[in-house]
Amino acid sequence: MNIDNSKVHMGLAHVQFLFKQMLRIRRFEEKCAELYTQEKIRGFLHLYIGEEAVAVGVMQALKAEDAVFATYREHGHALARGLSMDNVMAEMFGKITGSSRGRGGSMHIFDVEKRFYGGNAIVAGALPLAVGLALANKMQKKNDVVVCFFGEGAVAEGEFHESLNLAQLWQLPILFVCENNGYAMGTALAISESEQHIFRKAQSYGLKSHAVDGMNVVEVESAATQYCQSIRKGDGPCLLECNTYRFRGHSMFDTQLYRESDEVEAWKSKGPIMKLQRWLEANGKLSSAELKQIEDQVADEISQSVAFAERSEIEDISDLYLGVYGESES
Amino acid sequence: MKNQSLTYREALKIAISEAMRNDERVFLMGEDVGNYGGCYAVSKGLSEEFGADRIIDTPLSESGFVGAGIGAAIGGMRPIIEVMTVNFSLLALDQIVNNAATLRHMSGNQIGVPLVIRMATGAGKQLAAQHSHSLENWYAHVPGIKVLAPATVADARYMLSMALKDPDPVIMFEHVMLYNDSAAIPKLEDCPDMHQACVRKAGNDISLITYGGSLSKTLQAASELEEQGISAEVVDLRCLRPLDTQTLFKSVNKTHRVLVVDEGWRTGSLASEICALVAEHCFWSLDAPPNRICSKEVPIPYPQHLERAATPQVAQVVEAALTLLNRDVT
Repeated sequence: MNIDNSKVHMGLAHVQFLFKQMLRIRRFEEKCAELYTQEKIRGFLHLYIGEEAVAVGVMQALKAEDAVFATYREHGHALARGLSMDNVMAEMFGKITGSSRGRGGSMHIFDVEKRFYGGNAIVAGALPLAVGLALANKMQKKNDVVVCFFGEGAVAEGEFHESLNLAQLWQLPILFVCENNGYAMGTALAISESEQHIFRKAQSYGLKSHAVDGMNVVEVESAATQYCQSIRKGDGPCLLECNTYRFRGHSMFDTQLYRESDEVEAWKSKGPIMKLQRWLEANGKLSSAELKQIEDQVADEISQSVAFAERSEIEDISDLYLGVYGESES
Repeated sequence: MKNQSLTYREALKIAISEAMRNDERVFLMGEDVGNYGGCYAVSKGLSEEFGADRIIDTPLSESGFVGAGIGAAIGGMRPIIEVMTVNFSLLALDQIVNNAATLRHMSGNQIGVPLVIRMATGAGKQLAAQHSHSLENWYAHVPGIKVLAPATVADARYMLSMALKDPDPVIMFEHVMLYNDSAAIPKLEDCPDMHQACVRKAGNDISLITYGGSLSKTLQAASELEEQGISAEVVDLRCLRPLDTQTLFKSVNKTHRVLVVDEGWRTGSLASEICALVAEHCFWSLDAPPNRICSKEVPIPYPQHLERAATPQVAQVVEAALTLLNRDVT
């Protein structure tokens, strides 16, 4: 199928909503970076800054019944999926009010009610799980979509290839979303893959697949929506490659020796939030008063989430074993 | 009316087909389980009854289809995944250890993985160093999964349905030398819960602790010891994680001597763990140091005499038991 951008008809309110969603994620993560230096957040912290258009765009194509699998760089996906910022921030603090009781931290945000299945820190590790959930949907005669996000680094893993093959072989209702930010930690795609167009790999398995500008939230939403419509009709899995860039290091420990600052600056100049903001302003759709109002709302939500996380309790050590095993059915 | 005798293989097949008839969420998936009838012919004929949608032949993608089983379990199904041998399961170790075992705890007790993974294990068929190993202890090391070793036809008949009722991932090890064993089947109510160890022969002088394919050898050794006037108690662990330490300690505290028979390699073995547990908990009731008969520390060789030399044999068990009892070895 061909993705047709002329099909996009978005109202102003929706475009402003997309802008606000991306801004929420950006400001949330900037706060997280600050809290990390204060040692309120520990462990690994992988920021999504620069890539917000992908999660925000794709989530617009989903219904409540659909399911999401993401990576260890998933704060943005969790927020865009509708998890409460309070719970996500509390998870970063390791508090019991966190979305995973504080057990998982930054890399393992879960919310079954939102059908948000993590937060997987093994590269490509969630792809087979997503295939399995899609298989369960098909066996239960449901056409709900399973979306699986992963980076371009994952395509070097066998699980990527096994999963695409199974999904196409069994015609499963699944949308693979490759967030191609050009670097697997510090290894550039150019020095790790013989075929650097990820969508072509998917096409070789017979999946409908193409690449979009992952810095353009409207383009991402449009493509994801059309793919999800096709998947819901039972027309099999699709893969959407979103070309994007992470403005920060891989994690907070990254000194970024592997890329030039010119390259980073060049990508920053096409940042997804700035891009949409300029378009809105140029078309008279975002006054400075409106922008300030959005920034203020986002800032309030973030400071509330920090206060919530700060005042939340940590889990009692007596609960350490809770959830190693479950309770029997009978 | 006399109970009909069944083979271990037939008992497993009846257990699978019974589970599939009783619960439409149950399906079987693995390499060659359908058209071929299963590598060890366990599922022969099942695809005729249940069809290719529920007896699913997979490509040779262990990580992919085991991960898909985990995903399907999350999605409300009750998959039985067959992996041809424990050696091949290493290709799926990532999915089993990083996903199946962790998801419940890491998500703050939100996600259960009610999944059964069956696999063949052990030596004796001259299949050499990539098809003959006993790696049960690798899995028994991991919190979050349960490990079963049905050593009798009755356990082959009933343990699967118990495992399918369990809310957590259960790995069932089927020793390759057991598939042709045949026995009459007791009633379900006479079969102990899957978590319980079982005294297969009562005795007073020494406890022989074993599981899986070593049970018949250990019972043979006990019978030879009986001829020498020694009353050996044989404990079949059945469940390797969690261990039924109560039954284990009760036996050792009665006999005051313990010998573990384990086809795994000696270093870091289940036998090591049991000896340590006995030393920690039964030290003051012991009349001799705990001892163990394990496989020799070599890859399992092909020729029959070397394969036998590498794995525990009846004569070694008898000799070690006599030594522990300060009896002359004849």
